[in-house]
Amino acid sequence: MNIVVLIKQVPGNSDVKLDPKTGNLIREGIDAIINPDDLQALETAITLKETLGAKVTVLTMGPPQAIDALSEAIGMGADGAILLSDRAFAGADTWATSFTLGKAIQRIGKFDLILAGRQAIDGDTAQVGPQVAECLDLPQVTYVFDIETVENGYVRVKRRLEDGYERIQCSLPALLTIIGGPVKPRYPEVASLLSACHAKAPIQVWNAADIGVTTADVGMSGSFTQVVKTFAPKFERHGELLEGSAVEVVHNLIERLKQNKLI
Amino acid sequence: MAVWVEIDLCDGCRRCKRECPYDAIEIKDGKAQIGDRCTCCGACLEVCHHKAIHTDIQPKTIPDFSEYKGIWVFAEQRGGNLTRVSVELLGKAQELAKQLNEEVSAVLIGHHVADLADTLIQFGADLVYLADGEIFGNYRSEPYSYVLDELIKAYKPSILLMGATHIGRDLAPRVSRRTGSGLTADCTELSIDREEGILLQTRPAFGGNVMATIANRFSRPQMATVRPGVMEVVPTPGKEGVVITHESKVTEDQVRTKILEFVKEESPHVDLSKAKIIVAGGRGVNDLEGFGLLHELASALGAEIAGTRVAVEAGWISAANQVGQTGVTVRPELYVACGVSGAIQHRAGMMDSRFIVAINKDPYAPIFKVADWGIVGDLFDVIPELTKGLKTSCEVMCD
Repeated sequence: MNIVVLIKQVPGNSDVKLDPKTGNLIREGIDAIINPDDLQALETAITLKETLGAKVTVLTMGPPQAIDALSEAIGMGADGAILLSDRAFAGADTWATSFTLGKAIQRIGKFDLILAGRQAIDGDTAQVGPQVAECLDLPQVTYVFDIETVENGYVRVKRRLEDGYERIQCSLPALLTIIGGPVKPRYPEVASLLSACHAKAPIQVWNAADIGVTTADVGMSGSFTQVVKTFAPKFERHGELLEGSAVEVVHNLIERLKQNKLI
Repeated sequence: MAVWVEIDLCDGCRRCKRECPYDAIEIKDGKAQIGDRCTCCGACLEVCHHKAIHTDIQPKTIPDFSEYKGIWVFAEQRGGNLTRVSVELLGKAQELAKQLNEEVSAVLIGHHVADLADTLIQFGADLVYLADGEIFGNYRSEPYSYVLDELIKAYKPSILLMGATHIGRDLAPRVSRRTGSGLTADCTELSIDREEGILLQTRPAFGGNVMATIANRFSRPQMATVRPGVMEVVPTPGKEGVVITHESKVTEDQVRTKILEFVKEESPHVDLSKAKIIVAGGRGVNDLEGFGLLHELASALGAEIAGTRVAVEAGWISAANQVGQTGVTVRPELYVACGVSGAIQHRAGMMDSRFIVAINKDPYAPIFKVADWGIVGDLFDVIPELTKGLKTSCEVMCD
């Protein structure tokens, strides 16, 4: 079985801030990590490799430093990795991203399962997985938290819904988006991690020409949506601080709740 | 393709640096330098007073979309029950339609769901497109995206809104790709740009630390998913509308997924987005016993109980009760935050509550910035006292 895992490198802590003067993102001093849902997808793929036997190829699109995420993936047990990196890919929305990833997967050629995280913590869109599935005309199941079986050309999975879950059978090849389940992603092994950083590591870097796309179809130029404005959210209210003993503050609070007909 | 600076013309005024949405411009030795992060978006070109920034990028032309009209809402239903967010979206759609002087339509897909069409009209739909068939009995990505694509191609809407539910977030990207439209996820604000007549879609990014307004100028329909609980329901009692029945060409042999069973989760499902009063606990509640105090307060107030991500991860409360960026967005009349520090991810999910009470030991906790009434104190003293006080005040009223 051939599995392709889509991962994204994202800022490691969510304390991303806007410069109050310029409105730009402050990026200094922020670690990059593999997006948590994607890490779960990777763990799922490696588990399938161990139980059923599979070749796991990891694919990411990003700047040159995203290669760190691929080394980590190989350290966890992936067999090979591909970095899509080209200035032309920059500024892509999910439309252009899914097209670019779709083209790269077509070049990889052989696959039975494509696994992706449900969503990335920087964009939170959850769009790229389903859009890649549609690009490649594959069936999809999103919000998957358990893969029951992969046999006879079908995969059986559990899909999370707001009030329970569905058990779904889906023909292969298919794309699944993965959410966190009971299994925590493993840590990379030191030996594999070291070999992944070696010059002969099975990591390839592909650019726009390698996957046969023109610059007009990818990145900012290939996108339908544009950010027209970014701003820091405003939450402040003019609050009143109630002071005194517990009895006093509670008395004052109940007065205010009554005045506003809340109780 | 590139953007570059004519050094001789640049006076280092920093306007371009300020304008760059990608933080790609640095000022070195009094001159602007464009770095690797540049995406050739062209934002800097317009602000340069000395025309020092040049590009070889051809401006992208906006196609003629004049035949695309109307605002569509995907009316999500499960087992014949409309999800609340569908009705919320009809509320917002009415407002947008008024500004554009266009019609509001609902798209209703399912099996034996025709009865819901009238409900959709009573909440603002001028038109209901109905696709009813056995193949649509339970939601599946493929048949639903096929039929939506058929409808879009036949009737050409300008805007298509869906709830950012597990179904909406599965369906919208699939339809977007199939139809050839851009899509913005999880919006919390929608408005019309009066000059261009386009939809402005505002959404939180980076865990709620940044708000981004996004436009979709180059494709139709302009698609967006919207967080449940954010838009207001606007009933239109007595309204009359038209139902248009659509016969889809999609057949079962085109569908590659099969639902084997649906398992309802045992824990009673609370819909926090409908709650009038919510009592929420965070790290400061300490343990399950602490949450016991919150449950008592909640029952005195007639409130639902909720928690922060920390409280959910610690197992004090179920994941369905998580409020915040990765949980539910709520807007109750009253939100009582106990031992909640008020991380921005949490605030993003509750800041639209009408009144907010915060109880926290730390006077510098950010939750106080969004509170109407703050109590700096030990919640283990304050909450039992408050529960007691509420019970007596109720008894006084009942007498």
